[in-house]
Amino acid sequence: MPDSPADLRPPLPRSEIRYVAKNMRLDLRLIAEMIPRGARVLDIGCGDGALLAHLTAEKAADARGIEIDMAAATQAVAAGLAVIQGDADHDLAFYPDGAFDYVVLSRTLQAVEKPREVLRQMLRIGRHAIVSFPNFGHWMVRWHLLAKGRMPMTSTWHRAWYETPNIHPCTIRDFFGLCALDGYVVEEWLAVDEHGLKAPWRRSPRLANLFGEQALFQLRRR
Amino acid sequence: MTAQIAPFPQVDHQRALFAEGMRLDCGVTIAPVVVAYRTYGRLNAARSNAILICHALTGDQYVAERHPLTGRPGWWESVVGPGKPLDTDRYFLICANVLGGCMGSTGPREEMTDPAGRPLGRPWGTDFPNVTIRDMVKAQKKLVDHLGIPRLLAVVGGSMGGMQVLEWAATFPETVFAAAPIATAAYHSAQNIAFHEVGRAAIHADPEWKRGRYWEEGRIPAQGLSVARMVAHITYLSEQALTRKFGRRLRGAAALTFLEDVFEVESYLRHQGSTFVRRFDANSYLTITRAMDYFDMAAEHGGDLAAAFRGTATRFFVASFSSDWLFPTSESRALVRALNAAAANVSFVEIASDKGHDAFLLEEPEFHRALGGFLAGAADRVGV
Repeated sequence: MPDSPADLRPPLPRSEIRYVAKNMRLDLRLIAEMIPRGARVLDIGCGDGALLAHLTAEKAADARGIEIDMAAATQAVAAGLAVIQGDADHDLAFYPDGAFDYVVLSRTLQAVEKPREVLRQMLRIGRHAIVSFPNFGHWMVRWHLLAKGRMPMTSTWHRAWYETPNIHPCTIRDFFGLCALDGYVVEEWLAVDEHGLKAPWRRSPRLANLFGEQALFQLRRR
Repeated sequence: MTAQIAPFPQVDHQRALFAEGMRLDCGVTIAPVVVAYRTYGRLNAARSNAILICHALTGDQYVAERHPLTGRPGWWESVVGPGKPLDTDRYFLICANVLGGCMGSTGPREEMTDPAGRPLGRPWGTDFPNVTIRDMVKAQKKLVDHLGIPRLLAVVGGSMGGMQVLEWAATFPETVFAAAPIATAAYHSAQNIAFHEVGRAAIHADPEWKRGRYWEEGRIPAQGLSVARMVAHITYLSEQALTRKFGRRLRGAAALTFLEDVFEVESYLRHQGSTFVRRFDANSYLTITRAMDYFDMAAEHGGDLAAAFRGTATRFFVASFSSDWLFPTSESRALVRALNAAAANVSFVEIASDKGHDAFLLEEPEFHRALGGFLAGAADRVGV
């Protein structure tokens, strides 16, 4: 089992966060800010391990990762990080209940085979789940489909329908719906723009769903 | 003390003797127990930089130096040396000849002792008791204690060496900070047992085997052991590797013949077999292949592989090779999943390689980067 119990203090209020990780995707910075010191973390789709390295070095976290791409997984392992080559659909079922404080899935939910099952597994093995996904309800997407009658091609949704790995797109409201259906508590949510900066749509899910390019949720079991 | 068996020349191995001996899993006690070993690099003042290397079926303790019998380079010089993944400038590396081996550790080729430890003036031969992978590990633990090392920074090994790594982590978890089981599995598959049995049958069928008492007349079952090696060698390679190395190339034979090698791959295998018998004892081969066949970690823990590792603080690095069909990736992945179920800290990569099982011994830069990074990460954490 991981070395130290998680520090159970809630994350710092956003206004108090001054640290900005270098060389890390902006959406990963937001995620890192949500995770307290010393937490046990599983990052699904961890890539070369940027978030893991940050959480290990800056937050004394017991951070582990799963990455589907072998080259990225090898790079992460070579950097001394605890990463296995695997994927969200097939590997989560093997972890014991409550093995982690936080299970992170960033920009991957829309590409898994069974998003509902993956979410269920995340909240089985972790006390909290942090999920980010591109919002298919964004006005550009809606406009594209309405005006051109073709599958949207935007900066976020930029692969043609016949080759996109994103087989389960959803909107922010869809995601709220799934959380309600499966009884997950939304502890925190925010809309984010393409670069991972917070978008000012916190007050209204409907506005966020129209103008947010990405969504970031923190969930827990009821 | 060693009863000489032709055609092995006598070699003085570096050895540690444990007069108290040890009780084996089969219930038999052997005393004394001798462990032949080699070390590379320097043990630091804190005694915290020791890494144990576990060798495979036909390997030995001569990891990174000229072999005293064959004169060839050490079997893992691609990985062990200054600046290499097993960096002799940073770590203190230990490798012991396994119990049951034939390079100086207690085994069928060494002089038999009675239950009181008195020498009997003849080799153990087939009277050598059945040993298990766990017995090998317990003998290594004696050596590690003897060298005054309280905790190993890592235990590393491929193939049967990987089995020992797993057994170390399960049996002495507090002694193993990091474990790297490579190209291995938590049990020996029916297919692998079957290949071993073909090799053993070849040895048994050799008229020179004489029911294991070939040493009485100073002979060896060279034909049988050679065929065993040839069969085994095929399992160490991949179809792609054989095709790349030999394809269907002929040896220049003008006409079809059954009397001599026609294809290059045939003479290659025959060469592998004939050189092998000059350095390996047939009874050792029988003993060690059996130890591998017995190996089943889940069975040792009530059928639940995860139970072997539950609560472990050891960090694991599991690696497999894409063209290895002897210890395929699926078996490494099953191991990784069991380690995950035990909430262990695990890294896992499958290295893309067309070199088959032998890839772990060969030049594989991705593998070396991953192994080196894993070990360096472990060393950083304990301040080595």
